[in-house]
Order: sequence, then C-alpha cells, then structure tokens
Amino acid sequence: MERTNVSTAIQQLPSYLEAFLQLQQSPVHRQEPWFRGMREDAFASFCQLGFPTVHDENWRFTNVAPIAQTTFHLPEIPEDERDAVTEGDVAPYRLEDLAAQLVFVNGRYAPGLSRLPVAHKGLQVSSLAEAMLKERDKVEPHLACYADSSKEAFTALNTAFFEDGAFVFLPRGLALHEPIYLLYLNTGGATPQIANPRNLIVAGENSQATILEDYVSLGAGVSFSNVVTEVVAGEQAVLHHYRIERESTDVFHVSTLCIEQGRSSTVNSHSVLTGGVLVRNNIQPLLAGEGGNCLINGLFIGNGRQHLDNYMKVEHRSAHCASHQFYNGILDGESHGVFHGRILVCKGAQQTDSKQTNRNLLLSDTAQMDTKPQLEIFADDVKCTHGATIGQIDEEALFYLRSRGLDEAAAKGLLLFAFASECLERMNPGPIRNYLAKIIMRALPQAKQSEAGL
Amino acid sequence: MSLLEIRNLHATIENHEILKGLSLTVNAGEVHSIMGPNGSGKSTLAQVLARRENYVVTEGEVLLDGKDLLAMKPEDAACEGIFMAFQYPIEIAGISNVYFLRAALNAIRKYHGKKELDAMDFIPFYKEKMKLLEVDESFMTRSVNEGFSGGEKKRNEILQMALLEPKLAILDETDSGLDIDAMRIVANGVNAMRSPDRAIIVITHYQRLLDYIVPDFVHVLIDGRIVKSGGKELALTLEEQGYVGVEAEASVTAVAV
Repeated sequence: MERTNVSTAIQQLPSYLEAFLQLQQSPVHRQEPWFRGMREDAFASFCQLGFPTVHDENWRFTNVAPIAQTTFHLPEIPEDERDAVTEGDVAPYRLEDLAAQLVFVNGRYAPGLSRLPVAHKGLQVSSLAEAMLKERDKVEPHLACYADSSKEAFTALNTAFFEDGAFVFLPRGLALHEPIYLLYLNTGGATPQIANPRNLIVAGENSQATILEDYVSLGAGVSFSNVVTEVVAGEQAVLHHYRIERESTDVFHVSTLCIEQGRSSTVNSHSVLTGGVLVRNNIQPLLAGEGGNCLINGLFIGNGRQHLDNYMKVEHRSAHCASHQFYNGILDGESHGVFHGRILVCKGAQQTDSKQTNRNLLLSDTAQMDTKPQLEIFADDVKCTHGATIGQIDEEALFYLRSRGLDEAAAKGLLLFAFASECLERMNPGPIRNYLAKIIMRALPQAKQSEAGL
Repeated sequence: MSLLEIRNLHATIENHEILKGLSLTVNAGEVHSIMGPNGSGKSTLAQVLARRENYVVTEGEVLLDGKDLLAMKPEDAACEGIFMAFQYPIEIAGISNVYFLRAALNAIRKYHGKKELDAMDFIPFYKEKMKLLEVDESFMTRSVNEGFSGGEKKRNEILQMALLEPKLAILDETDSGLDIDAMRIVANGVNAMRSPDRAIIVITHYQRLLDYIVPDFVHVLIDGRIVKSGGKELALTLEEQGYVGVEAEASVTAVAV
C-alpha cells in the first residue's frame, strides 16, 4: 500500500533521479565534498517519503498533486545575453539604506546585481555556495541541522538539489541597524523550472538584525520555488525576519522557515503572501533555550484560484518562553486559504505563554478558508490560547463609516486596509514596514483609495 | 420650508412595525428633544433618518430641505447634512481618528464641489475641536473608538459632529453611560454647535441632559407615534410623573379619536 502511495506521489521520479545524477557530476557539487553525503541522504529520503498527499494530517487541506505531476527542470544558464536579468529589472526592488542586498535569479546567485556589505567586524552576507567552499567552519555546524530532511519531502528535495542561497553570519554582539534584503527573482519561462533557494542565517550571541526575503516574478510561466531557510538565533539575539511571496499566479511556492532559538533570544517572523497559485508557508520555530520569545505574524491575500496554506509548528522545549501567532487572511474570488497552527509544549517547558489568533475575511461567496488549531501540551503550568474567526466585512462598521459620508466602496476599502494593517502594526516602524504597506495596498485594489493615508 | 419634515412615517425591522405613523417638523435653528420609554421607537427614528438599510419604511415620507431623504443612501444623507451620534459607537481597529475624519470630511466636501483638505489644513482644525471637547491630542492617532471608555466614545461622536458641521444632528441617547462631568463636556460641545442654520434632535430617556442642552421643543414618543409635544417644561413633568401618565392620556386621546 505504502509503495503505491510513493509511486503515485512522485510520478516524475525518473526525472528527479536523472537530474540528481547529473547534479552529482556538476562542478557546483564537486566543490563541497563534505556536504555530498547529506545530499545523497536527503535525496534518498525524498524518494522514500514522496510528495505528501491529503491523507497526511499536515497536508489535509492542500493537494500538491499539481507539483507532483509536473516535470520540472533545473534552471539553465541563459545562453543568450538578452535573456539575462539587468539592473533595470532590479531597479524597482532597490531600497535605500540597506546593509546589503543579495540578488538571486532562479535560485542562482547574481553577483553583478548584488550589493555586498561594507566590511563590518565579522559580518558576512554572501552566497551560501561560496561560503560552503570558503567558510566551511562557519557553515558546517549549522547547515541542514534545523530543517529536517528525513521527514519533510520538500525540505529533502531542497537539500538534495539546492544550488545557492544566502548566508548571513552575524558575529557576537553586532547590532546591525540597516536591513539585509535578499531578493529572489523568478524569470519564468516556456518550460517549468524548479529553483531551490537555500538560506542560512546565523545570529551570534547578543546580535541584532533585520532580514527581508522577497520572492518576485519577472516573467510568466509555470515554475516551482522550493525554499528552505534555516535560522539559528544565539543567546539574547534579536532577529526581525520578513518574507514576501509575490510571484506570479502560475508559480508553485513552498517555503520552510526553521528557526532554532537560544536562551532569551527574540525572533519576529513576518510573512506577507500575495502571489503564487499554490503556496505553502511553513514557519517552524523551536524554542530551545529558556526565556525565548517569538512572534509569528502574517497576512495572506488571495484572489482568483490561489491556494495559500500557512502551516505553523511552534515547539516549546524550554521553560519561560513565549510565542505569539497572529495571521490574518483576506480571500476573494475562488481562492482558498489555510491556517494550521500547531503548538507543541514539551514536558518541562513550564511557564510557557503561547497565543494563536487567526482572523479571516471572505470577500466572495466562493472563497474558502480552513483553519485548524492543534495544541499538544505535555507541561502542566502553561498558558495557551487560540482563537479563529472567519467572517465578512462587518456591516456595523460599514454603516458607521458610510453614515459619516464615505461611499460604500471607500468604506469597504478602508475596512480592508484596517484589517490588513493589524499585521503591519506588529512590525517595527521603519522603511521595511512602509515597503510592505505599499505591497499590501497593491494586492488590495479595493483599498486603493486609502493609500494616501499611509 | 422646514429643514426636516416627517409625515406619517411607518418603519419596520424584520417585519416588526416600530414606527406607526410618526410626524414631526423641525426648522433650522431649533433644538428638539424626543423622549420616551424603552422600545417606543426613538432609536429606530434615528436609524431611519441616518438611512440604515435594515429598517424598511413602509409608509410616509421624510423631506430634508425639500429632498426625499428616504431615497438617499447613508453616505448621501451624510453629505446632505445628516449626522447621527451613535448610541453605541463602533470600534474600528486599524483606522486612526485623524485619517478617518479627514476622509469623511473630504468625502462631504467633494460632494459639494469643494476642494479637499490636506493634512496640513485639517490638523489645526481638528485640534481646535479637540480642545472644545476636552480630549487629549493622542486621540488623533488612536484607532477609531478602539479601547475608548464609554465617555470617550461619546465625546468622539460629538467631536466628529463638530468637524463635519451637519445641518441636522441627531443625538441618539448620547447621555447613556455618561457621568456628570462627561455630560457637561458633551453638552458644551453640542451647545457650541447651536446655530440659526442647524437643527439638533436630542433623543433621550432621561431629562438630565436637557438641563445642559435646553431644547426648544420636547416630544413624547410612545409606541411608534408622537403622543405629546410641548416646551422644555414638558421634560420636567415627565421626569416627575414618568411616562405612565402620558401613556394613559395618549390612549384616551387615541380612543377619543
């Protein structure tokens, strides 16, 4: 029975196998022999696990058959110079006052488009592939240590195939004021491509930084972005991590953010999903040290036939940790949203303070939302709350605004904007928040009239 | 021409008739108080005038400055000069007072073909009104009514009224839940708005507010109809004798008719 499942789950196995064998011969992989075993193991687990099906509890609401049934190719280097991404293409994604900006095209590092940080007491922001080669001592203790390839097929696929991604290393005590912007461009194309960006963020003890991952399409065409980001936050470190998914609506996007938090560290994860046709957003913090604090904040805006699935797995392994999840969804058209929030409180994780809130607005009769809290508590002195709402625009509030002179469209727009703003307000004020506010406004044409008020 | 002319108004909600032939004339410059027991239709009247769509008018007409108010949407009524201070103001998280009010004022200005105000012009005007209602300037950036105390919400309603400068303001039990200090502040705000070209309808259950906002006329609303009208002294009589006497009188009148 299981064998049948596997074979149906990876219908395209021969093509993955062929690609993997080819990759093993490629120069990229020969440069890092120490990681070769990891890749082979990951590929073996991928073959064994197969793509998940809706029979898998964690994938109940999301059918990844469209991914499993498509033959994807690893991106090739464009032969024609004219196909290359230019400075002009990147111009809309430049921000002032950044510590660094790395640009990746279809998962491949684009040094010509990237802006490296100025030399800064041990700060490193670079291509991961390069770091694996030159800074093995910094990378090896962490890479593939937090994202589990033995249980997650998409993580295994990424580990087996990733070509590059960002490596951020914050030395002990460094508080970086300017954000680090990681930009992932998807050029699309005639044949379906798969990119496997792999990021590793190592925040040393008592360091601080803001990191933005932004996934963008430059062209149309079916493709698959399969992202894994591993974050390790040392004792007392403070990280603000932002992720934007705004690829075109023919892109499959699965991203997994695995965070391991040390003692008294703070990680704030903010996700904004507006793009992609089939999106799975995994956020998985592990509160390993005592007194850790994490905020998991998100907004997803669906339209058309978009499917946006948010899967949270927060693991409290130590005492005195807090985790607060807030996800807001706005669904129009025939879009389908999912929020699955797991909170696992291990034995001994006393004084855990965990909260989960998922609020959803359905703007059409055909939009759909599934929300599922899942609390597994093995400690006896904890505070865990969860709540979810699914509703339409509040008629009372609408009347209130209209009774003051705003027409129905403007009043609705204002209420939508307000609903989306709940997510913005949990972000630190500053240029990244303003940048996200603009992206959200573009994704909510109904709220356009409110833009002037930003 | 009267500012507001209500003739034989019948209104229902969920097929339940609340207003049963109400008539009332209000001229510019006048303050009218509508008093009555709970369930008599006071709030329904306010909601119908503010054009709440849940209430269905089955008979009668309402003219605002000669225009058919019942044909207007809530936003049109607001732009034509109707303002209702809500009995239970709505909390709206994520929209600041300053943003909301500028948007509202500009919607009304636009309707009248006037230039919209930018933040630079608007804020001094807003601050001036805030002083009148004795509210802290932090009000501006707080979300609309969110986390406000009962008194703050009511002051915010009157503050909105002061900014939007309606032709006809309807205060729906603005005194409910107010302590004596808050009531004085709210009443000062309302009194500052009295003008020869504006009318105010004060809906209340109790007479106390009318010590501060002295009406020109008092009407008693019972079972969906105005059964008695008089001057400000009628409010005092009601306070002493309750609605029972008027009710009995009304039913006698009704029988006699």
